[in-house]
Amino acid sequence: MSTLAVHDHGVVHHEDGHEHHHKATFLNTYVFSQDHKYIAKQFLVTGIIMAFIAMSLSILFRIQLAYPEKSFPFLTTLLGHFAPNGRISADFYMSLVTIHGTIMVFFVLTAGLSGTFANLLIPLQIGARDMASPFVNMLSYWFFLMASIVMLSSFFVQSGPASGGWTIYPPLSALPKSMPGSGMGMTLWLVSMVMFIASQLMGGINYISTVLNMRTKGMDLWKMPLTVWALFLTAVLGVLSFPVLVAGVVLLIFDRSAGTSFYLSDIVLNGSVQPYEGGSPILFQHLFWFLGHPEVYIVIMPAMGLSSEVLSVNSRKPIFGYHAMVYSLIGISVLSFIVWGHHMFVTGMNPFLGGVFMITTLIIAVPSAVKTFNWLATLWRGNIRFTPAMLFAIGMVSFFISGGLTGIFLGNAALDINLHDTYFVVAHFHLVMGSAAIFGMLAGVYHWFPKMFRRMMDERLGYLHFWLTFIGAYLVFFPMHFMGLEGVPRRYYAFTEFESMKHWLTVNVFITWSAIMAGIAQLAFAYNFIHSIFWGKKTVQNPWNSNTLEWTAPIEHHHGNWIGEIPTVYRWPYDYSKPGHDEDFIPQHIPFSQTMSSNLPHDFEDNPGGLAEHTKWTDAQKANEAVK
Amino acid sequence: MMAQIQQEDKQNLGAKKFNMWIFIFTSFLLFMGFMSGFIVYVGGRGHALQVLLPNAFIYSTIVLTLSSLTLIMAKKAAKGLQLAQQRLYLWLTLFLGIAFLALQINAWLVLIKMQVFFSNPNAARSFIYVFSGIHFLHVIAGLLVLLNTVLATYRNIPQVKNIFKIEMASIFWHFLDIMWICLYVFLLLNQN
Repeated sequence: MSTLAVHDHGVVHHEDGHEHHHKATFLNTYVFSQDHKYIAKQFLVTGIIMAFIAMSLSILFRIQLAYPEKSFPFLTTLLGHFAPNGRISADFYMSLVTIHGTIMVFFVLTAGLSGTFANLLIPLQIGARDMASPFVNMLSYWFFLMASIVMLSSFFVQSGPASGGWTIYPPLSALPKSMPGSGMGMTLWLVSMVMFIASQLMGGINYISTVLNMRTKGMDLWKMPLTVWALFLTAVLGVLSFPVLVAGVVLLIFDRSAGTSFYLSDIVLNGSVQPYEGGSPILFQHLFWFLGHPEVYIVIMPAMGLSSEVLSVNSRKPIFGYHAMVYSLIGISVLSFIVWGHHMFVTGMNPFLGGVFMITTLIIAVPSAVKTFNWLATLWRGNIRFTPAMLFAIGMVSFFISGGLTGIFLGNAALDINLHDTYFVVAHFHLVMGSAAIFGMLAGVYHWFPKMFRRMMDERLGYLHFWLTFIGAYLVFFPMHFMGLEGVPRRYYAFTEFESMKHWLTVNVFITWSAIMAGIAQLAFAYNFIHSIFWGKKTVQNPWNSNTLEWTAPIEHHHGNWIGEIPTVYRWPYDYSKPGHDEDFIPQHIPFSQTMSSNLPHDFEDNPGGLAEHTKWTDAQKANEAVK
Repeated sequence: MMAQIQQEDKQNLGAKKFNMWIFIFTSFLLFMGFMSGFIVYVGGRGHALQVLLPNAFIYSTIVLTLSSLTLIMAKKAAKGLQLAQQRLYLWLTLFLGIAFLALQINAWLVLIKMQVFFSNPNAARSFIYVFSGIHFLHVIAGLLVLLNTVLATYRNIPQVKNIFKIEMASIFWHFLDIMWICLYVFLLLNQN
């Protein structure tokens, strides 16, 4: 009974898991909506707000790095006792770095990216009316929002937000008295993160179940767009790795609050010997990085999927190596679980074990390179349309290459011992997962904006936004490689105080001004985004002449996506510029019987009936030619 | 049967059941996280458990296994449309679940009497509390699911829904049973 996986149950009635029928009210349409499209927008807007907050934090600490001696009275006005005498205090600097990292990694690039696009695209692109459990999906957003609020609320406690770095290594994070940020701020961080993980798990479980159970007729796995593949595998990674982070965090909470010593041993705090014995801080690092490494792929894989789609649509060419793209995503997913040790080369790890982690890490270069070459080959001789989305997708490829190359350096245990915890690492991950992922996300926003808000974004502002951000990001992060190679340590409040590093001050000034420029460029995006929601040009149903199913759904949103039957899928999503067809795209729901002139024998590999028809048709064509 | 499949299809009950399977998988991974934490801790620091686990754990294991059996009976009764029997077995399951919780608390009291505290310089011993405590929380959640299932039988819900609810509860409850046995055996194997 394969019909179990098929959902063609006719017209308007939507079921949302309750026996009684819901009436549309303001509250359940605009606030507690269970419609995946609306939840996607909620995730997106929350994600963008969090991104702007985290970006502002980075500009604050960049000011400190560029002008460690100077006093800026406006900082005191803005931050109060966190910035006495116009200078950000050392403790608060650590908080800024920590919360910037936490928000960017988790709240923007995990929830903002996956949450938005998995919600929007999974049901629409596989042809489902909604998620497996719309109610749990809604909860996922509200847990995310609560987590965001709790995280930000830590700015309003006396001792300031968590400040042990986004990796919250014990013992710093485990001892509330070790520094101001480890007090109330750390507690709020942990509470927020527990809610965040709950949100991610609820979301991820839904995404997996929806992809596996609710595809429309004809949509087998090998006909899914790469976006869905990427979002699906991302959800799998999340479901496999977040529970382990919970385990690590729970033990940390016990160490903080219940006096256990899972991670603590031999601690002397302010001259007094602490009662903890026998614990191992390395244990936390193992548990953390078992999540932490898959987490970076949770961040980048949706961006890869979105970029693949955007690159193919706007090159008017099939994606190069569709199967290879899927297999490399699977390869990256599998490998991501056996490389976590490369974050821990300097923890006194057995060099042999380090060698094993090094080999697995370097193997990831293979699927990553496959993907990169496939993107470039997709562009090759394409009929490229440089829409803003396309530019951002190309930018994503650019950052992925330039950041990925330094990953090969860092993955080597011998080199990593020199480069560990320097600005080289900062440069590496800001390019390869920071900039690349945010560019993938922006590509997605520009591309699917008409689907979400029924209007188009302004192209010229989009170009301005792209070029300033693209140039800005390189200007900010590229110089950091050189600082790192000279051994400049990351997370230092005022490293230019060291005699040997004084000469980097000018570079710091340069980076800070680049960052301010890139930050201001985001205002172009914010204006464009908000303005276009209300006053943008109205969109047509399929503005990019795209093949995937979401563009067959009506422009007006309905809970249930399609009025009437869900379209059946007959072909893969990348039939762009197929020779013999009168248009340069053939949507997935067009049967082969309507495109006889462009069909090829390999379209019928598992369909002998279709092949017979095809042969009959081509023979008839030949006969006609002969008559002429 | 056909009608039932279509009904299920309409409400995506199959997909929702799949959600539950993934959920118990995540929960399984959480316990795996703790267990691997235990292994790394014990392996790295030369600590060992060296505690004689209280007998209450044996009894609680038996009680939880029995509760799984009564739940199987309840599901059988539900499938045979024997509502009264279904209720009886569900209440029995609930009762056994509560008894399990009581026995776990008892085991902790015994451990405390043995001077094996949660806050312990040998964190291997703290792990006993972590394993059983986090499992304890899961069982409370399981009891709420069971309660929901049994209360639903007093409202007049369609049979498809009734079966769906009891199947969801069963997946979760049997998982809790199996997970506890895993944890207990794991502790027993690492006793020394």
